[in-house]
Amino acid sequence: MPEYKLKINGEVKTVNTDADTPLLWVLRDELGLTGTKFGCGKGLCGSCTVLINDEAERSCSVEVSKLQDKEILTIEGLARDREHPIFKSWIEFEASQCGYCQPGQIMTVLSLFNKHGKPSDADIETALTGVLCRCGTYPRIKKAVDQLFENRG
Amino acid sequence: MKRRDFIKIVSLSGGGLILAGFVPSVFAGNDSNGNNFQGDDPDKKGVFAPGVFVRIDSTGLVTIIVAKSEMGQGVYTALPMIVAEELDVDWEKIVIQQAPAGKEFGSQTTGGSTSVRFSFDNLRKAGATARMMLISAAALVWKTEGSNLYTENGFVIDRISGKKLSYGELVDTASGLPVPSDVKLKDPKDYKLIGKKTHRKDTPPKIYGTALFGIDVKLPGMLYAAVKRNPLAGLGFNSYDFADAMKVNGVVDFAEISGKIAVIAKSTWQAFKAAEKIAVDWQKGPANEMSTQKLREFCISKLDEPMEVIKSEGKSRSEIDKNLKMIQADFELPYLAHAPIEPMNCTAEFKDGKMEIWAPTQNPQGVRKSVAQLLKLSEDDVRVNVTFMGGGFGRRLASDFALEAAEISYKIKKPVKVTWTREDDMRHGIYRPFSFHRLRGAVNNDGGIEFFGHHVISSSIWGQQSGNNPSPKDAGIAEGTTEIPYKTAGFHIEGTTVRNHVPLAYWRSVFHSQNPFAVESFIDELAHSAGADPLEFRIKNLHNNPRLLHVIKRAAELSDWGSKRPDGTGVGIAVFEGYDSYCAEVAEVTAAGARIKVNKFWGVIDCGLVVNPDTVEAQMEGAIIFALTAALKGKITFSNGTVDQSNYDDYPVLSYDECPAIQIEIVSSSEKVGGVGEVGIAACAPALCNAVFAASGKRMRVLPLNG
Ligand code: FES
Ligand code: FES
Repeated sequence: MPEYKLKINGEVKTVNTDADTPLLWVLRDELGLTGTKFGCGKGLCGSCTVLINDEAERSCSVEVSKLQDKEILTIEGLARDREHPIFKSWIEFEASQCGYCQPGQIMTVLSLFNKHGKPSDADIETALTGVLCRCGTYPRIKKAVDQLFENRG
Repeated sequence: MKRRDFIKIVSLSGGGLILAGFVPSVFAGNDSNGNNFQGDDPDKKGVFAPGVFVRIDSTGLVTIIVAKSEMGQGVYTALPMIVAEELDVDWEKIVIQQAPAGKEFGSQTTGGSTSVRFSFDNLRKAGATARMMLISAAALVWKTEGSNLYTENGFVIDRISGKKLSYGELVDTASGLPVPSDVKLKDPKDYKLIGKKTHRKDTPPKIYGTALFGIDVKLPGMLYAAVKRNPLAGLGFNSYDFADAMKVNGVVDFAEISGKIAVIAKSTWQAFKAAEKIAVDWQKGPANEMSTQKLREFCISKLDEPMEVIKSEGKSRSEIDKNLKMIQADFELPYLAHAPIEPMNCTAEFKDGKMEIWAPTQNPQGVRKSVAQLLKLSEDDVRVNVTFMGGGFGRRLASDFALEAAEISYKIKKPVKVTWTREDDMRHGIYRPFSFHRLRGAVNNDGGIEFFGHHVISSSIWGQQSGNNPSPKDAGIAEGTTEIPYKTAGFHIEGTTVRNHVPLAYWRSVFHSQNPFAVESFIDELAHSAGADPLEFRIKNLHNNPRLLHVIKRAAELSDWGSKRPDGTGVGIAVFEGYDSYCAEVAEVTAAGARIKVNKFWGVIDCGLVVNPDTVEAQMEGAIIFALTAALKGKITFSNGTVDQSNYDDYPVLSYDECPAIQIEIVSSSEKVGGVGEVGIAACAPALCNAVFAASGKRMRVLPLNG
């Protein structure tokens, strides 16, 4: 099996795996980074969202062989800073229920947070549409995100 | 594995919260902030454990055990709140552990909106018992009367001298005392915790990515399995060819399990890939002929046939004055999947004659029992650990996924995790039954309901699961039809059951996700036929029911019911009483041609005394969104007896941009604790469809609307 060097959460990790393995399964099964979740495997739910070079990407739909020299950030990497304003906002509004979709929601919001000063409502809506939550936490995610960007703006 | 092999993972978040999961030691390194420590051993000396829900060690660490499954509804926080309230401990300092399956916990089945409702008294007693014993212990130490002592934040305090002893210091003495059978509970007016918005203990680990869901379990030497199942539910295989699958990198083995074929590999991805390469000749059967279309034709033909009477009161249909207009309407709802975002999965390890299971299950005792039965083990040799789960909604009441893991591990004698693909989850699910409804009714000249008739056709969930063939009356299909909150001069409920091969499931609120849709939509039709406002019609015809009346009025006020809205925009109301709770919802929609935009929902719930109001609000929001998915989009259909849908593209769920604004109000009440999780479902679809009628003049009687 080919060997890949991946830059994940600021560290270089070496994995031996099939070239077609989606990043999702490398993270979960090989590297024990199980905060990134499997929901659909087809790019339809967003639970597996990570940042690749600061863009929100669905890790179930990116093959490991396409990631040389890219910077990957997972929820574990972000959570090294427990004081990150996203987490604070999420806790304040209790945006999580079962919690399974939340790493994907948070990483999606992070891509906006890292980019814009203050995204428009349309930007937020476009980013979050399609990151599915079966528990129905959207109203609270909205509140958490609104406050997040209000505090900044 | 003995209990002492378990390690509590405790993470001190920024807010100083302490969190813990009851997780095996292999996960000790999983929490990135490094605050792990060895958990206490309940069998060892120096731990005070009066009953199964509370443990206090000599350092004063209080551990509260949660025996219901946390699937998003907040029991991991609400249940310990009840214990902590009576125990008088510092909420910020308690540790929570998830109980494994065990008879000592009473029923652990998590469903029916029962967790807080049915555990409330017991958990209060558990907390109060421990507290009383700690007081008695302090009285012994100080040689004084218990009545001179009180408790606060983990201390027993002498009212007169002001002396203090921490609970930890009293552990040894308290452990030697008899457990009192009768304890005094707090007066609810003294509650400090119950009724206050309390942050969830499971939120930090879930958002940091450290919480352990079933799918995250990893054991040393564990292999990964994927399973091929006959698309025709209930049947097995004739033969299969594994040659191509064996060529996939990482595949190590395969196993036949109860009519299914499992492929075992070194990673989930390899197992998924290999499963697709197994060529199987599946058994076929008469169910091959079944389709949604045929089922539909059959049910429609049955709507007019004589059927079993379930309840009949007052005037019969033939006795109704011929001058009154009898209206009739048919309603139709499809099969639905639960589609929680975490697909079914389970991990099992069979070693030295014992089975240990890690399952995201709503029914740990059921898993334990069914695994023991299948593998002919004693229940004592089956341990079931409960993980967090990515949604339940009733799907995880079944044990199918756990049986697969157990059977594979039993055969290959290695630890194994079975993960379902989303496609497996959608096609091999267990489904909320379809239903057909014929409603008939007439309004008299005083605007009262002269006749209300309802014929429901559906399938019995418990009948199928237990192998019984109950009569329509006992089938459960009439749940929510026989008790309606309105006065009627004639009331007539009939039922027909249909049996087929489609595996059925309890789905959030069960038949309350169906019958109240027909009932509350039809009430609207009756109001319309009487020329009355739907809100006033309901209030006028309501039985004496002050709590329901109150939520109706509040929902009307919040939504500004009578106000003039733009053309094409309308509001609809529906009400529900069940699970010892009362609920009214108002929807506002804008209808433009075939497009329906849901602008806003207002929901008012009276669920009696509330433990954690923030969770109640969240459950109401979640229920409305869950029910909106069903009303707007959800549909499982069958061709050749097999499910047509496969993933979130053809079984879509409501997404962020489609979510209406939602405003919830919780009635302040000291009544008996009511249910919450399912209560918000029933009124959603009828409120929505009644709003569509108000906006467009079109009656929507078939769900989903965008189907
Ligand atoms: S698992 Fe990647 S989008 Fe659903
Ligand atoms: S919180 Fe459960 S799926 Fe989003």
